[in-house]
Amino acid sequence: MIKTDVVIIGAGPTGLFCAHQLGIIGLKCEIVDNLDKIGGQCIELYPDKPIYDIPAVPKCTGEELTNNLIEQIKPFNFNFHLSDRVQELKNENNKWLVKTLNGKEFETPNIVIAGGVGSFEPRKFPTKSAEKYDGKSVLYSIKDKTIFKDKSVVIFGGGDSALDWAIELSNSSKVTLVHRRDEFRGAPASVQKIKELSDNKTIDLITKYSIKDVKGNGSLESVEIKSESGESKVIKADYVLGFFGLIMQLGPIAEWGLNLDKKTIPVNTENFETNKKGIFAIGDICTYPGKLKLILSGFHEGALAARGCFKYARPDEKYRFEFTTASSTIKDRLGVKE
Amino acid sequence: MAKIKYIEFNGTEHEADVANGLSVMEGAIQNDIPGIDADCGGGMSCATCHVYINDDVWFKKLPEKEMGEDDMLDQAFEPKSNSRLSCQLIVSDDLDGLTVHMPEKQI
Repeated sequence: MIKTDVVIIGAGPTGLFCAHQLGIIGLKCEIVDNLDKIGGQCIELYPDKPIYDIPAVPKCTGEELTNNLIEQIKPFNFNFHLSDRVQELKNENNKWLVKTLNGKEFETPNIVIAGGVGSFEPRKFPTKSAEKYDGKSVLYSIKDKTIFKDKSVVIFGGGDSALDWAIELSNSSKVTLVHRRDEFRGAPASVQKIKELSDNKTIDLITKYSIKDVKGNGSLESVEIKSESGESKVIKADYVLGFFGLIMQLGPIAEWGLNLDKKTIPVNTENFETNKKGIFAIGDICTYPGKLKLILSGFHEGALAARGCFKYARPDEKYRFEFTTASSTIKDRLGVKE
Repeated sequence: MAKIKYIEFNGTEHEADVANGLSVMEGAIQNDIPGIDADCGGGMSCATCHVYINDDVWFKKLPEKEMGEDDMLDQAFEPKSNSRLSCQLIVSDDLDGLTVHMPEKQI
């Protein structure tokens, strides 16, 4: 059990800057994110795309913004718990007991949800029948590629993951690559390689088809695919892999008794607390009249939520507002030597 | 201004007057029309504002897809050749009378 002042859910820009503000006012926090890296949507959706509306930064990429935020909170040595997800919350004696998917437990008076639009999960096949085999022979990520050796593998998708795995697995498996159109969004070199492998019959390339059904009797046997005009084909398959990118799912957050408005959490605009005492929501996931889904709004929300956390983390102390330029206490916390 | 008709997967029809300059996606969100999620808020990075343009004449009349739209549509739920991302359809008088059909899910 880790005791802390605040658990932040989400390591995107909003969560990171909130952590900074907590550090500045002398609170500790632990940060949980289900991606394997820090940065949230900035890193997952647009690491290379320029952002033009960060105050005082005319232009930076999602990756640069993330790296700068990481640098900014370095003095506080906060712990990150990546590839993990907060699963359960329980309130006991005004403390929140937090459990993660990987079995970590925290005790904290405050939780800050900075979860974007939820956690990133792989997009799955639309076919109901695929659910039966999910995690066994219908897979959306690969942990151990040796299981495919000498097997028939049908891969769906047109992006880099689909192409890279089709190329990689073609060495030791019978690979069929199915994509809904003729163009691929993967790297040009990979597209070229796929075309070569298809020309020399190393892989079967089928375009303008999508999944219709998976079939099997206990274990997976085949996958049926359909074209838009209704033609269908059945392909023998030991494994079916789908690479359709990631989608954001609210996931367990929806089960914590928080008020929800569509996929967002209503908050007050004084400290961004939700309907539950000690649970705050900031960034894209929160909503209030006039809400803008801008990173700069998330920064503001995080700064105020941090002060809201202070009240519960230090009930016997009075919060004192200080400027970083003038406060020697803050400079000590930042490890600044003058 | 354009009158846009949104038809849910279950057949429920909604009509909205959408101001020029807004996207077809925003027209749905601002009028609380279900069936379009728009998780990313119009950034062409989530594919949860996916619609079908069933009328071929209308499909051809719409502004062409820009780079990246088809890449996102690859990730949508049951994309077809008449699929569009409604965040990329900017409303003008020319779009008056457009009908969009929503897919079963926005996943």
